[in-house]
Amino acid sequence: MRMQFDEQLAILKREMITMGMLCEHAISEAAGALLDHDMKMANALPEQMEDINRKEREIENICLRLLLQQQPVARDLRTVSSALKMVTDMERVGDQSADIAEIVTMSHSSEYASSIPIRDMSEAVKKMVGNSIDAFVKEDENLAKYVVEYDDTVDGYFDVVKNKLIEMLKTPGVDGEAIMDLLMIAKYFERIGDHAVNIAGWVIFSITGQRPADA
Amino acid sequence: MEKTEELKINKDIPAGAVRTDMSRQEEAEPEGAAVMEAKGLNLWYGQHHALKEVSMTIPEHQITALIGPSGCGKSTFLKTLNRMNDLVPNVKITGHVGYRGKNIYDKDVDVTWLRKEIGMVFQKANPFPMSIYDNIAYGPRTHGIRSKAKLDEIVETSLKQAAIWDEVKDRLNRSALRLSGGQQQRLCIARALAVGPDILLMDESTSALDPISTGKIEDLTQELKSQVTIVMVTHNMQQAVRVSDKCAFFLLGELVEASSTQKMFSMPDDKRTEDYISGRFG
Repeated sequence: MRMQFDEQLAILKREMITMGMLCEHAISEAAGALLDHDMKMANALPEQMEDINRKEREIENICLRLLLQQQPVARDLRTVSSALKMVTDMERVGDQSADIAEIVTMSHSSEYASSIPIRDMSEAVKKMVGNSIDAFVKEDENLAKYVVEYDDTVDGYFDVVKNKLIEMLKTPGVDGEAIMDLLMIAKYFERIGDHAVNIAGWVIFSITGQRPADA
Repeated sequence: MEKTEELKINKDIPAGAVRTDMSRQEEAEPEGAAVMEAKGLNLWYGQHHALKEVSMTIPEHQITALIGPSGCGKSTFLKTLNRMNDLVPNVKITGHVGYRGKNIYDKDVDVTWLRKEIGMVFQKANPFPMSIYDNIAYGPRTHGIRSKAKLDEIVETSLKQAAIWDEVKDRLNRSALRLSGGQQQRLCIARALAVGPDILLMDESTSALDPISTGKIEDLTQELKSQVTIVMVTHNMQQAVRVSDKCAFFLLGELVEASSTQKMFSMPDDKRTEDYISGRFG
């Protein structure tokens, strides 16, 4: 029963995976641009943003069509409404990756990037975003909770980066502007982690009907 | 360093402070005082066990919807609430149905009084073959009201309550059978209201109507619930969501689940309820 509905839900999940992969890719490109000072990667980000935005519109359309045609209730309603909320955070992940790339193209921040654990931080938030989408597709509450908890690790990274940058500012002859830019980049990565927590929060809602207090 | 400070301030905003907390909407609203209560209700039609140990309350001044697939017992349960099943041959009923503290199946209960207190509107409009006025005045007359002025007042008030007064006020002496299906159904609601019932039972009362007439009756139930308690059987899931405060799901004579409509359609407790309301039943 309701074969067409179940097919539409499967398409929705597939599109969420695609958008999630685009977001992970954007994070990798932003981190690569910074750490390898790869301008080609940095310049590719605006185009990726367009892909992410397009995917967001597509998913919104799928959700609205599902609501209109199938009038879902209970778990189905939570799945569709959660997807509608999740894409907003996913789009912000792409935006912030593009913001990082823009800073990289306009400053000398790359020169100092190897002195701070920014690679670990970018890997951590990429994993959070990937896991949060996985949790949605597999309806895995524990994985979503793990994403929420893992945010503390990312916050820890941010504190380490910040303290390290403060120390670096005291070094004579250091490029203060580049250090400030690195702090902004670290903040953007930390915000991406927060978006992953929001996404995981909606995943938990779609499974349990309850939004966790800390997401 | 100002920038660092600013960033730090942003970071200190609690994570949940600016987000919509959807879980709050899920909290069940406190249920009103119960005007009726079924306890361990069983009903047999001959050998067929049609209601099995049904226990639930009907909250006052709310709309309770009974849902479930055909033959699940929801209409049977509705009819036990004003003893309409008494008229069915070979029916056996055990258990308790309380109305304002009184078991309506006690021997000393006057069934005419009970059905005045607990009125009923059926799936198919069934106006009497007489004038609009006499349809409404019929009940009050049988309860002894003779004064023309009093009857006029009851007719007008009832037709107004049923949101049909403006459409029929100039032709009260014309046959009720000449009204449209939707108007006939509202006339039947007016007729049920004319005797001043405490509770109104509606058995799929909009299932034969077009969307506009259905909409009028749904609006009407919202208007009426400040004065009467409504219990309705419906096959239309969206209608149950739109109009009811409480919802009960029946399956094979069992009450599977009864809760606030908001809860049932967002977080049902039972897998069978979820399968039925999301159309995956069977």
